[in-house]
Amino acid sequence: MIQIQNVHKSFGDLEVLKGIDLEVNRGEVVSVIGGSGSGKSTLLYCINAIEDIQQGRIIVDDIDVHAKGTNRDKLRQKLGMVFQQWNSFPHLTVLENASLAPRIVLKLSKKEAIEVAKKELNHVGLGDKLDEYPTRMSGGQQQRLAIARALAMRPDYMLFDEVTSALDPELVGEVLDTLRMLRDDGMTMICVTHEIAFAREVSDKVAFFHQGIIEEIGPPEQVIVNPQREATQKFLSKVLH
Amino acid sequence: MGTSFFTPLSWSDSGFILTGVLNTVTISLVAILVGTLLGLAVGFFRAEANKFTNTLLGAVLDILRSVPLIIQLILFSTYIGAVGHPLDPFVTGSIVLSLYTMAFMSEVFRGGFESVHQSMVTAARSLGMSYWQTVAHIRLPIGLRAVFPSWLGVALSVIKDSALVSVIGYMELLRTSEQLISRTQQPLEILIGVGLFYFIVSYPLSLYGKYVERKMAI
Repeated sequence: MIQIQNVHKSFGDLEVLKGIDLEVNRGEVVSVIGGSGSGKSTLLYCINAIEDIQQGRIIVDDIDVHAKGTNRDKLRQKLGMVFQQWNSFPHLTVLENASLAPRIVLKLSKKEAIEVAKKELNHVGLGDKLDEYPTRMSGGQQQRLAIARALAMRPDYMLFDEVTSALDPELVGEVLDTLRMLRDDGMTMICVTHEIAFAREVSDKVAFFHQGIIEEIGPPEQVIVNPQREATQKFLSKVLH
Repeated sequence: MGTSFFTPLSWSDSGFILTGVLNTVTISLVAILVGTLLGLAVGFFRAEANKFTNTLLGAVLDILRSVPLIIQLILFSTYIGAVGHPLDPFVTGSIVLSLYTMAFMSEVFRGGFESVHQSMVTAARSLGMSYWQTVAHIRLPIGLRAVFPSWLGVALSVIKDSALVSVIGYMELLRTSEQLISRTQQPLEILIGVGLFYFIVSYPLSLYGKYVERKMAI
């Protein structure tokens, strides 16, 4: 379980998160929606300890993420993360991209690492691209590679940071399909996304971020279909029409 | 029977010339190797260091890059002679040429490290890789690839610059040929031969560098 308790985060004088509380249970899919600069991506970076926080606590399965003694490399093994930019490692083949971290971080043997990587690459539909270099692939394929690369670490949670935002429109579908598949596998996920229809379809909970706080949270039927708060209504009417 | 003070170039000189060639190759390789390793360390340090340290270190490197190599060689060799620790010309030449090479290499590698985008590093760290694992498996290989053509350019100029080490008495190719010229009085043949040697070594390498650069641009 991921527990986010009263998290405050500032960049200099700019307070981006102003007291966030959120719980994500095992097997749950939580979508985070909201305008640019509302702090949604920052929250993911804080969960993964890429960013520090100024106040509050984030607890991932009893690990206090920002506590002094926490081994962040170890923590990140539990948390797979995929970014807006896919960041494929250009000097490695698709298979090497996905097997590197299992080999050097999880210390699997080369054979085991390749097996794990192959399985995940097959899963996201890249089984025929194993020896390809990622720079020769489309953005959608590279994003699916990024997902497989994260999955190969056998994470307990997946964090998705606007993973379709940088894609050409015709490539969005294949990546969303991959996320649907993960949901069906029972993966616990937090998806920061602009794809409102997708969020409505896959999420157990939707959180609407507005000016650094969670303005509204609840099942998609409430937050997206029948929003209670004025800010939510305004945002949705802007993005849906 | 008239004896001539000069004797023409002959096959028996080939051993002498070969020594010059080998010495040129040796000191060039030493300088490239040491300069690359030091340059890699300094370049990485500069990519990571704060502004203050960087400005300070940059000033030292600027001096090495801006003062002509021939002056550095004479200065250093004269200095260590003057303080009473004269060194073998090979050692003196290696030290100066290596440091000179390091100054250029460090900028090359610094650029390489900085060319690896922060988001790439974040992606690697998010997979649980440690700082040093990220350096070894992501930043180093990607950065090195990016700067290979520039590295090769510096390495080539080191081979050519190594001729300057002749001024402190190291028997590399140029000094060897100067001695041959004073004996044979055949400067044209000998210097053309020496020029050809440098050309034959440098030109294919520079072509290879261009080829790699083109390939990477695609």
